[in-house]
Amino acid sequence: MSFFDAFLNWDVFVQTFPLLISGLTITIGLGLCAIVLGLAGGMLLALLRLYGPAPARQIAIAYIDIFRAIPLLVLLVVIYYALPFAGLRLEPFTSAVMALSLVSAAYSAEIFRAGIEGVPKGQFEAARALGLNAYRRMGDIILPQAIKLVIPPITSNSINVFKDTALASVVAMPDLLKQATQAQALAANPTPLISAAVIYIALLLPLVRMVSIFERRLAAKSR
Amino acid sequence: MAPIIDIKAITKNFGGFRALDGVDLQVAEGEILAIIGPSGSGKSTLIRCINQLEEHDGGTIEVDGHILQKGADLTAVRTELGMVFQGFNLFPHLSVLRNVALAPVRVRGLSWSEADARARKLLERVGLKDHIEKYPAQLSGGQQQRVGIARALAMEPKVLLFDEPTSALDPEMVGEVLDVIQQLAKTGVTMIVVTHEMGFARKVADRVVFMDQGRIVEQGPPETLFDAPHDERLRSFLNAVLSH
Repeated sequence: MSFFDAFLNWDVFVQTFPLLISGLTITIGLGLCAIVLGLAGGMLLALLRLYGPAPARQIAIAYIDIFRAIPLLVLLVVIYYALPFAGLRLEPFTSAVMALSLVSAAYSAEIFRAGIEGVPKGQFEAARALGLNAYRRMGDIILPQAIKLVIPPITSNSINVFKDTALASVVAMPDLLKQATQAQALAANPTPLISAAVIYIALLLPLVRMVSIFERRLAAKSR
Repeated sequence: MAPIIDIKAITKNFGGFRALDGVDLQVAEGEILAIIGPSGSGKSTLIRCINQLEEHDGGTIEVDGHILQKGADLTAVRTELGMVFQGFNLFPHLSVLRNVALAPVRVRGLSWSEADARARKLLERVGLKDHIEKYPAQLSGGQQQRVGIARALAMEPKVLLFDEPTSALDPEMVGEVLDVIQQLAKTGVTMIVVTHEMGFARKVADRVVFMDQGRIVEQGPPETLFDAPHDERLRSFLNAVLSH
């Protein structure tokens, strides 16, 4: 069998393409859900960690540490295979979103915290001196500046979350990777795997490039 | 008439450093007060305690009848105190107009159109009519500080606090900012100005306060303080700043 017949087989590609597309839809849905929930959770954790009452701050710190320490795959397997023994049976999609966003929230929290701490002290003081209340100070003054500062690392983190959606194939989630491996088995040909890899790269490469551009812009500004 | 600001025996420590060591100060409504003194003498700390950007450790501060305490709701007090910072502290992500209009909307409850109208008027008054749509980074230091003054004025405060408003400026921009402050002094608003500009203090202030090592050492009308200083430390301070 020639190289093209094995890895870039056009007939196999055409045959399995619909399967890959259905997997891609799920991968995108999974990625977007996990990214959005992870960002929201991360922001909440960062604010709790910085401004919450002492017990909440401790809980936030513990959460952030634990979920940065646990391997994502382990967490996913625990949620999907262990929780049913505690009476909690979750769909593969829900399990995957949960595992991905729980971990992403911990990383995002640290990024947002760094962003908030990167806003100059004078901004907090000016906002206080004007009489703005705590919510307004955050919403109108601090967070818009903090988020701008952390766009590169947050995008980077989101790319990671998106890549990690492939782990969901472990819990029988018919995502892009799972569909590709299945198509490979059906067609007895690795072309679908190559296609899937190309699709992942095509989706994420522009984002990776964007991070570099953002970073360069920020660096130029701070000079 | 009761003073609008009444400070009694306040102290403030930063770690082991005593920044304020029993300061008493009363400021009457409409008074223009200049605070001078060497760096580290507690001038800025004093003015920052008045709007509680620093919390004082001992003594009492009363602003317009409100006693400032830990945990008290400071919004009511802060809306009566406009602050102008050494480093401007404009909001870089907001246009000049929004910098000025934001607090009146969020704190005073004005509508955006009311607040924008007020902001436009104030920006015109400080000579920045043509810059309202710009962002702070597009302005010179002197222009930024004038926005800072307009921002403080937009809350229509009873007292304006100036914390070394010209110290971060290039020399050629000091004049334009001092001119604006001097114009304000004529409007009858109460002002407390921490400054290194002795000429300005002499010309504009009703009363000059000299601080050293966390205390008020001498105070009085500018003529007396500058032309016939009693305290030895004030004399050597004036010698040092006026001799060049």
